[in-house]
Amino acid sequence: MASVATLPKSDAAGARTPAEAGILVVDDIVKQFATPDGPLIAVDRVSLSVRPGEFLAVIGPSGCGKSTLFNIIGGLLDGYQGAVTVGGETVHGPHPAIGMVFQEESTFPWRTVIENVAFPLEIAGMRRRDRFDKARKFIALVGLGGFEKRYPAELSGGMRQRVAIARTLASEPKILLMDEPFASLDEQTRLLLGDKVLQIQQDLKQTTLLITHNITEAVQLADRILVMTYRPGRVKRIVAIDLPRPRSSDVVSSEAFGRYVAQIWSDLREEASRGMQDEETRTLHAGEGS
Amino acid sequence: MAAVTRSRAFPLALGLGALAAAILAVEVLIRIDAISRYIVPLPSQIAPAFERVIVEEDIAARFQLTFLEAFTAGAMITVVGVALGLLLFRVDILRRATETWVAAMASAPTVLMYPLFLVIFGRSAWTIIMMGFVAGLPPVILKTIEGLAGTRRVLINVGRSFKLTGVQLFTKILFPAALPTIFVGIRLGLIFTLINVVGVEFLINFGGLGQLINDLAERYDLPGTYAAISFVILVSVCFFVLTEWIERWLRPVD
Repeated sequence: MASVATLPKSDAAGARTPAEAGILVVDDIVKQFATPDGPLIAVDRVSLSVRPGEFLAVIGPSGCGKSTLFNIIGGLLDGYQGAVTVGGETVHGPHPAIGMVFQEESTFPWRTVIENVAFPLEIAGMRRRDRFDKARKFIALVGLGGFEKRYPAELSGGMRQRVAIARTLASEPKILLMDEPFASLDEQTRLLLGDKVLQIQQDLKQTTLLITHNITEAVQLADRILVMTYRPGRVKRIVAIDLPRPRSSDVVSSEAFGRYVAQIWSDLREEASRGMQDEETRTLHAGEGS
Repeated sequence: MAAVTRSRAFPLALGLGALAAAILAVEVLIRIDAISRYIVPLPSQIAPAFERVIVEEDIAARFQLTFLEAFTAGAMITVVGVALGLLLFRVDILRRATETWVAAMASAPTVLMYPLFLVIFGRSAWTIIMMGFVAGLPPVILKTIEGLAGTRRVLINVGRSFKLTGVQLFTKILFPAALPTIFVGIRLGLIFTLINVVGVEFLINFGGLGQLINDLAERYDLPGTYAAISFVILVSVCFFVLTEWIERWLRPVD
């Protein structure tokens, strides 16, 4: 039976969630940007904790600060309040324990598949033969065996994203941080790649934090889903996904899956509507101003 | 038909065919007096002039001199232009302060400064090389800045996520990503360089193909002049083949 863990009202209103002991702890993060219309709070007092081996998804409407949170956790963005810790160590800048997979196409077009995947090993100073041997294992893991000498331009979008995942996994991060990695792919490819990610996550017991706006993807993959509010981005609710593992894309046809999707959509609907209204208002004002 | 157009030989054959057609058209236009034969000689007269220019005018040595002057200037614009482009890319205030001047310099007729260069470097190959260098430098600088600035943010973030040092970020990501744009700048720079090298050879009468064109023009040997100009085009073709080969070697696939 699906169980839905709802935060107390006070927390759901946007305050901090209880930071359980985890390998990755985000504690009371606030990030503000200066805009021509005044300061904009992108992320407001967000706290979360990811347990070792857990798959946590962060979901929210466009403009809720998901990517800001991704960049803060990955150490690519500074100038925020609060703290991010990995295994108790505070993160200042990119941390070797965190491997990042980006939303945009991020393979190096001038490198072959194996050279792309071996990239972090090359940076670490590993000998060419050793790093290629190791890269082959990760290429096989993402199901791209036989494509080692191909260039990204010769691959489909889904295959290129798998190369990017293999490249990040080759650095053997303790935490895999993914920002809408399947956003540019079609639905069928997205589901099948979800299967692949689930399989990898099970095989490697990989702690994973997925940023997404796709409810189906979040429920298919995650152990817990953190729902964010629209601007400023706060934690609205954390939903525990009690679907059996190992999972595959077949789970999307189950009744429990549908209930989770409905539950999360009811949370998101209000936020997405606010986001849409806000967007329309800004477009209207921009039109009047021009 | 599709198989023929896809073959590797087809574009070459089409290019050569178009060239032959253009030469034939010029021949016809001159013969029907649409073009004055006192300005443009008949292509059928230029063809035999090649043998005369090669045998009597020591074309190999002249070709070699022009090629070496242009090659030296080309190597200099590549090294200095990419280095300056990187500097201006990294130091924003310097870039904003000088980018307009560099762009203005690209369109300046620097060839007119040859008396100044003669005073500085004397009547030597270095005057010609430096004139070629000054003329070809701006496009390399500008295109290097453009290429580096145009590197997709996500690729830089990938590098940052793997904790690359500044040097690693440049050599492993920024430079390879910017390479196609940098090579556009190098090719443009080489065009300006070659024009100036041949132009200054022409003006100061210091050997090379430029001097030969000057000599032949003064003798009113129009077929010979056009034959010599064809050798300048050959130098240009050599440079383009060379740069294409180096680019493919550095970055096999776009």
